[in-house]
Amino acid sequence: MKIAVLSGKGGTGKTFVSVNLAVAKNAAYIDCDVEEPNGRIFLKPVDCKESPVFAGLPEFDESKCVGCRKCVDFCRFNALVFIKNKPAVFSDVCHACGGCSLICPTGAVTETMRQIGSVEQCKYKKTDVVTGILNIGEASGIAVIKEALDTGLRLNENAVIDCPPGSGCAVMESISASDLCIIVVEPTAFGFHNFKMVYRLVKLIGKTCYIVINKEDAPYPPLDGFCAENGLPILARIPFDPETAALLANGELLYGMNDYYTDLFDKVVCEVKP
Amino acid sequence: MIIILPLDENKTDICVSFGRCPFLMIYDTENNSTEITENSAANAQGGAGIKSAQFIVDSKADALITVRCGENAAEVLNAAGVKIYKPEGIDAEHNIALLKDAKLSPLTHFHAGFHGIQ
Repeated sequence: MKIAVLSGKGGTGKTFVSVNLAVAKNAAYIDCDVEEPNGRIFLKPVDCKESPVFAGLPEFDESKCVGCRKCVDFCRFNALVFIKNKPAVFSDVCHACGGCSLICPTGAVTETMRQIGSVEQCKYKKTDVVTGILNIGEASGIAVIKEALDTGLRLNENAVIDCPPGSGCAVMESISASDLCIIVVEPTAFGFHNFKMVYRLVKLIGKTCYIVINKEDAPYPPLDGFCAENGLPILARIPFDPETAALLANGELLYGMNDYYTDLFDKVVCEVKP
Repeated sequence: MIIILPLDENKTDICVSFGRCPFLMIYDTENNSTEITENSAANAQGGAGIKSAQFIVDSKADALITVRCGENAAEVLNAAGVKIYKPEGIDAEHNIALLKDAKLSPLTHFHAGFHGIQ
């Protein structure tokens, strides 16, 4: 079973839930939050192997270019321009779709590969820990997310996918391979607002959805009402607790170290069904 | 000389956005002709500034008068030798007159994209 953990709002507790759930479930942990992969802080994995991830970037052969501009017109991201009778690319706008090289009638466009990040494959005890790492300054982490998912799911079909925050392309890519989603939500107006955005996405893609409420210092009726109305099972309510916060700030894994959280994540494992 | 300005919906005021302005005014000092055209980049998924800049270059413009301009668009315009000027107030016609009298100063600040990428 492949479980994607997402939240919308950043700092809600995706990684906290993901790492503990992965260990509780004996599943691979795949960190798709490639801009800031933090699962490693908690799991402190060893025996790491790193492999590079590349993305294509068009290169133009001026001797073959006839100036038809088909490549420029084709690019829906407007990454190409045609100035002084030759095409040029904005590498930070290019999505590496490869369309320009396919559409060029004279073979003047070829794709060169450049490294945009890497995937690290390590172990925490028996748990496979796979981390997607996007190089600083790169605009799109999709290729790194794809490679991290491929690597992780090859090692273990049973996996917990730690998604990036937000509800954009990177999140869609991260949850696409999953069997079900767990949305971690903070019982605040901000948390609830962003939760509804990711819930819409998860529903649109047609994934089964479970809820974990984190940092619950008091019930938040709009959230409970929304979950009841939409038949969303609440797997766990994790209290707001300064001691837990201190342990997490120290990068501690709680499953297996702390009875309360060991029971809590064991219960989550039992209740989650695709 | 061909001068281009981004226009608001009312087609008389300069639009604060360059890449996503609804209309563009193309003014030719040769015959004092004015043409107003829809900006095809206004609803682009991304790279609106680049696409608008491409239009400016393709129109063989010599100058662009705009409140704001992104780094990518500025790179395209600079490469093609299009000068970028800062307007005085928002009236488009008035700014064309000012530029003809060489009373506008060049735009010197170019912002990074408002890409807000997911």
